Amino acid sequence: MADSIEITINGETRIIQNPATVADLLATLSLDTRKVAVERNLEIVPRSAYGATTLAAGDTLEIVHFIGGG
Amino acid sequence: MDGYQNQADDTWEVAGHRFRSRLVVGTGRYKSLEETAAAIEASGAEMVTVAVRRVNLSDSSAPMLQDFVDPKRYTYLPNTAGCHTAQDAVRTLRLAREAGGWNLVKLEVLGPPPFLYPDMPATFEAAQALIRDGFQVMVYCADDPLAAKRLEEMGCVAVMPLGAPIGSGMGLTNPFMLRSIIEQAKVPVLVDAGIGTASEAAAAMELGCDAVLLNSAIAHAKDPVRMAQAMKAAVEAGRHAHLAGRMPRNYNADPSSPLSGLIR
Repeated sequence: MADSIEITINGETRIIQNPATVADLLATLSLDTRKVAVERNLEIVPRSAYGATTLAAGDTLEIVHFIGGG
Repeated sequence: MDGYQNQADDTWEVAGHRFRSRLVVGTGRYKSLEETAAAIEASGAEMVTVAVRRVNLSDSSAPMLQDFVDPKRYTYLPNTAGCHTAQDAVRTLRLAREAGGWNLVKLEVLGPPPFLYPDMPATFEAAQALIRDGFQVMVYCADDPLAAKRLEEMGCVAVMPLGAPIGSGMGLTNPFMLRSIIEQAKVPVLVDAGIGTASEAAAAMELGCDAVLLNSAIAHAKDPVRMAQAMKAAVEAGRHAHLAGRMPRNYNADPSSPLSGLIR
């Protein structure tokens, strides 16, 4: 198994360690899991599944939060 | 409404959420998150609109809206600003639902600049997809009574016709059509977009709408906190005037002082 894989997060290509779950990734990025939401390959990843969702090479993630808007 | 003592009971309800404040405010276009928090506090709003965007991966320690505008205190109404297709709107609000855990959303699908006028065919399509997905949809729409009625019949929980284009501050450009929408609606009607100053918010409430939604009028005022206070007062005044019932318009004068008993 490769030590690292390439994935796309918010349109940016990133090399991450392998294996890694969504929870691992959010911890690495220092993001508060209570304030973000994650979409993986166009499917929502429920917060309860962060620890059990293992990332794969080529995954495309969107990580979003709330900002000011009208 | 039958008396001053009952004014505290003058609430409105959307999708099972009850609100006392009839002013819904946006959280965008402020100079800082501190100013956002102060203006929203001054407005007395209980519901605020928010946008959903990618997190900044290069600066995850940047302060977040939730740190300044507490979602436990204010009902967050996530919007679909920037979405131009039904698919984008559904994706965005599914993420919002996961981030916040609520189903009440603001749908807006806009046409191109310079007017950003509601794209009604795309709005119908997105509303249908969102309702099917279990969302409670408050929908930004054209000042078109047929479109508003159709959105209500589809199952939207509130219709929100524009007063004027978003961010224009042009006020209520078509009060007759707004009134027509209000008259026939069975769901709450909010005048959304276009309000520029307090008198226009009061005028919208006098037409009989349930609430007004505005953002730029406060955020782009020279003193946003003071304008937030003005909007709060205006919405309350307009509501009182609507319930009180204005006097009839008359082309002739009608003296207020008796004409009898004059000295000779």
